[in-house]
Amino acid sequence: MHAVEQVFREHRTRMLAALTRVLGDLELAEDSLQDACAQALRTWTTTPDDPMAWLLTVARNRAIDRIRRARRPVPVRPEVAVDSYSLDSLVNLGDERLSLIFTCCHPALSLEARVALTLQAVAGLTAAQIGRSFLVPEATMAQRLVRAKRKIRDAGIAFAVPADHLLPARLSSVLAVVYLVFTQGYVSFDQALASEAVRLGKLIASLMPDEPEALGLVALMVLQDSRFAARRTPSGDFVLLADQDRSLWDRTAVVEGTSLVERALSRRQPGPYQLQAAIAAVHAQALSPEDTDWPQIVALYTELSVRSPSPVILLNLGVAVAMASGPTEGLALIDRITGLDRYHLWHSARADLLRRLGRASEAAEAYGRALELATEESDRRFLKGRFDELRLGVNPHDLARLPEDE
Amino acid sequence: MRYMMLVYGCHREELPDGYDQVNAYVKDLIARGVFVGADPLHLPDTATTVQVRSDETLITDGPYAETHEALGGYFMVDCANLDEAIELAELCPLAKLGSIEIRPVLENTFR
Repeated sequence: MHAVEQVFREHRTRMLAALTRVLGDLELAEDSLQDACAQALRTWTTTPDDPMAWLLTVARNRAIDRIRRARRPVPVRPEVAVDSYSLDSLVNLGDERLSLIFTCCHPALSLEARVALTLQAVAGLTAAQIGRSFLVPEATMAQRLVRAKRKIRDAGIAFAVPADHLLPARLSSVLAVVYLVFTQGYVSFDQALASEAVRLGKLIASLMPDEPEALGLVALMVLQDSRFAARRTPSGDFVLLADQDRSLWDRTAVVEGTSLVERALSRRQPGPYQLQAAIAAVHAQALSPEDTDWPQIVALYTELSVRSPSPVILLNLGVAVAMASGPTEGLALIDRITGLDRYHLWHSARADLLRRLGRASEAAEAYGRALELATEESDRRFLKGRFDELRLGVNPHDLARLPEDE
Repeated sequence: MRYMMLVYGCHREELPDGYDQVNAYVKDLIARGVFVGADPLHLPDTATTVQVRSDETLITDGPYAETHEALGGYFMVDCANLDEAIELAELCPLAKLGSIEIRPVLENTFR
């Protein structure tokens, strides 16, 4: 690997953050950092003593060139006049990566833009890579990125970690972006994207050691990721948690995730990510679905539903109650949930409990409804199988069907 | 930075004590040192539209925007960044009923 590439890989985000802090413009910072790397590739015969300082110096000079060439009143912010691009302050700047992350995840940007920007500016992915992961053409993704960067500059979105009174809401926006990246990787079996989300989460947790929710999110992702190999059949079908071959779970990841969630919970400030991670840890420790500590899972989902009441969490609670106390109790809870009539997993969870209670025709009807609503091909195959079994009177093996934990 | 805060879908007459509340809000903006200007507008049925096409002036009555999308007035503030502008918009009594669109002013256009 060329020395430039190595420095770039290792320090890209820090350099970009430092340049953005000084230039006040993310797009300009990226372009001039690119310029500097191109120049380094051409001119480095040996690596300079301080390669980061070299790249930052060149990038800053190229930024000034670019501003002069543009002949427009850039920079727009008075505090970043060209004269103030002092080299000392640039090279000795502290770690500005957290400012970069918060800026990319600012709620004044659309969620799509936040996700794309975080993946590009913080994780270093290209527009083409991000587009592939989110099924968006590269040109559309590039346009989305440019628009977002210009909005940051023109609308005056501060390049800063938000003030204390804004921090809880803004941190949850940051964590939601990371989890959305992970979920996209997870559901589309894109391991690289899921790993990128885990890396982002670890970066945030290391930059914000006093936020147990950041650690909780990392734990949750690591634990979910530990099941990656077991989640799909060789033909590409989705395998439910209850049916997964647990010997395929990545034990190292389970140990890592479990110890992370314990570390987070020891801070005694539980939140939604920590609780979901704790649920995933309980699953991860069970040798079989029957071996699972269902009362513990019910307790955790109950706590979670109090803190962030959502119908999907209630559905998961209902499924856990069915496992802990029996299908009648579970069904009673699930039937009381409103707002999930368009959600195929609500219908398939009902269908499963009805089936276990021997109410075959109601179960078939519910599987039919789930089948109408499911869009993923592997979900549809599974539901169709269940539907046909009931219609044909075949008695399937009797296992709980868990909706994929939220 | 200067920001225009455009108030949509709400007129101060629709708020109980609207006049007093908006007055208090403007006093607050002045006290914070961010106030540039503000005006309420008459209802959209007083609107007149002018267009000049091939040297011909076309004058039309309206448009009568739907109540929820009608521009009711504006506040102009000068503050540090978008976060501060968002906080100022949150404090506006009209935000409770309508919506406030924050638009950064394109500076240095006229010299």
